[in-house]
Amino acid sequence: MKILVGYKRVVDYNVRIQVKPDGSGVVTDGVKLSANPFDEIALEEALRLREKGVAEEVVVVTMGPADAQAHIRNGLAMGANRAIHVVTDAPLQPLTAARAFLKLVEKEQPGLVILGKQAIDDDANQTGQMLATLWGRPQATFASKLEVSGDTATVTREVDAGLETLEIDLPAVVTTDLRLNEPRFIKLPDIMKAKSKPIESIPFADLGVAVGGEQTLSTFAPPEARKKGVMVKDVAELVEQLKANGLA
Amino acid sequence: MSKVLIVAEHLGGQLNPATAKVVAAARAISPEAIDVAVLAADPAAVAAEAARIEGVSRVLAVANPANEHPVAQVYAPQVAKLAEGYSHVFGPSTTFGKDLMPAVAALLGTGQVSDLMSVEGPSRFTRPMYAGNAIVTVEVPADETVVATVRVASWQAAAGGGSAAVENVAVDATLPTHTRYKDLSQAKSDRPDLQSAQRVVSGGRGVGSAENFEIIYKLADRLGAAVGASRAAVDAGYVPNEMQVGQTGKIIAPELYVAVGISGAIQHLTGIKDARTIVAINKDPEAPIFEIADIGLVGDLFKVLPELEAALS
Repeated sequence: MKILVGYKRVVDYNVRIQVKPDGSGVVTDGVKLSANPFDEIALEEALRLREKGVAEEVVVVTMGPADAQAHIRNGLAMGANRAIHVVTDAPLQPLTAARAFLKLVEKEQPGLVILGKQAIDDDANQTGQMLATLWGRPQATFASKLEVSGDTATVTREVDAGLETLEIDLPAVVTTDLRLNEPRFIKLPDIMKAKSKPIESIPFADLGVAVGGEQTLSTFAPPEARKKGVMVKDVAELVEQLKANGLA
Repeated sequence: MSKVLIVAEHLGGQLNPATAKVVAAARAISPEAIDVAVLAADPAAVAAEAARIEGVSRVLAVANPANEHPVAQVYAPQVAKLAEGYSHVFGPSTTFGKDLMPAVAALLGTGQVSDLMSVEGPSRFTRPMYAGNAIVTVEVPADETVVATVRVASWQAAAGGGSAAVENVAVDATLPTHTRYKDLSQAKSDRPDLQSAQRVVSGGRGVGSAENFEIIYKLADRLGAAVGASRAAVDAGYVPNEMQVGQTGKIIAPELYVAVGISGAIQHLTGIKDARTIVAINKDPEAPIFEIADIGLVGDLFKVLPELEAALS
């Protein structure tokens, strides 16, 4: 089977975000960009399924501006067979991204789509669920274990109450949680090999994605700062402070 | 005028306390009605509980054997049917709500507001992005249904004492059989629930081992607190994943949060920023946790915790 993997470029998780003074967004100029960590886990899982002989082909999908090519090459260097780059300068909201994914799904007919559970920039946690719904196929979100056997998959999900197991028919959409796997590092020879792997560029407008349901993000503000705290020197002082706050 | 439909979360015949927080967010819109939908195999007990939340107008009990377990793709077509006539459809920002609500939104052809923090108007809300480092005002087109998950840590639960009518409702929707629930494994605990606890004691990598976590449990029991953990402690296998507090775990807002042996990575701070009082105990005076702690103590947790426990008894 073929596996489609979402591979979003986001501000690196180590960067301390600065909100622009005019509230129009966050500062992204000159800021380090990386693959969304959950998407790296998604790609790793797809590669492992290919190594097990479950999948024949792994295709990474990026939706972003023309300069995302270096990012896409990273996905290819990690081991994807080929890439699809949906070229758009506008940040896509989850519903639009899901509709665009659906167009690719119709074209590629994958047996499995693996996405990250959320992107660490918009923290929406929606695209996978929306894609599954529009596609009319099963979803297994927050996966920490994925086993494919024939036409079904058994997925362990990290839910608030513990670990839930679902059995789903394929094709389906799976979204990854942190503990699904440890993504591999990219090796230098693989970067060279990635240069000859195909990238198909599709202008967003050519996909014919339906519009509507778009939200307006009007103002960005930094979170309210907490009041400066006090340092205490020993347990006695700590207990005193707790008592003063009515907590002991 | 606005009418809000809330999807209740429940487990083992008990209503999740998050539902009363979603009701609080719904009330901030000043709607003409707030209805709660309870989907279950046998919804009676949960529906009765939901009916007691102050501000709830009606409880819609949807009985169906297919609803025995909360499978998003089974619930979503039913919620989308029920949503007819409502201006807003809300669920909690728990793994249940996060799994289900985007599927509902997609069926309604609209976007979703994730982690709704505050209500600025019937179609204007704030929500966090970038691990809580930016608070964004989101506007939904006025002619569209607002589908949202409500950030549980941002709202005080609506009080009890209400007496809404419970109506049994049949929903005519085609339900898929492509997703089959197998089981749920839960870590057994007699301690308060992490997400709703007033007090939480968390341990991090500094605790050193699963055995050493006993010292955290002892302090928590002394304080009547729930026990949490940093991602590092979960990844190291000291405690199960459902105890993780942070951007990728649970986001909590207790009265008292005690962070023990936790350095305070951005992803952890995101989960505790709304706690009323944060206490940090760490041997590294440079640990970032001290930047947001209200009370900080530099010291060896193995010395400090037994002392603290004794001082509190």
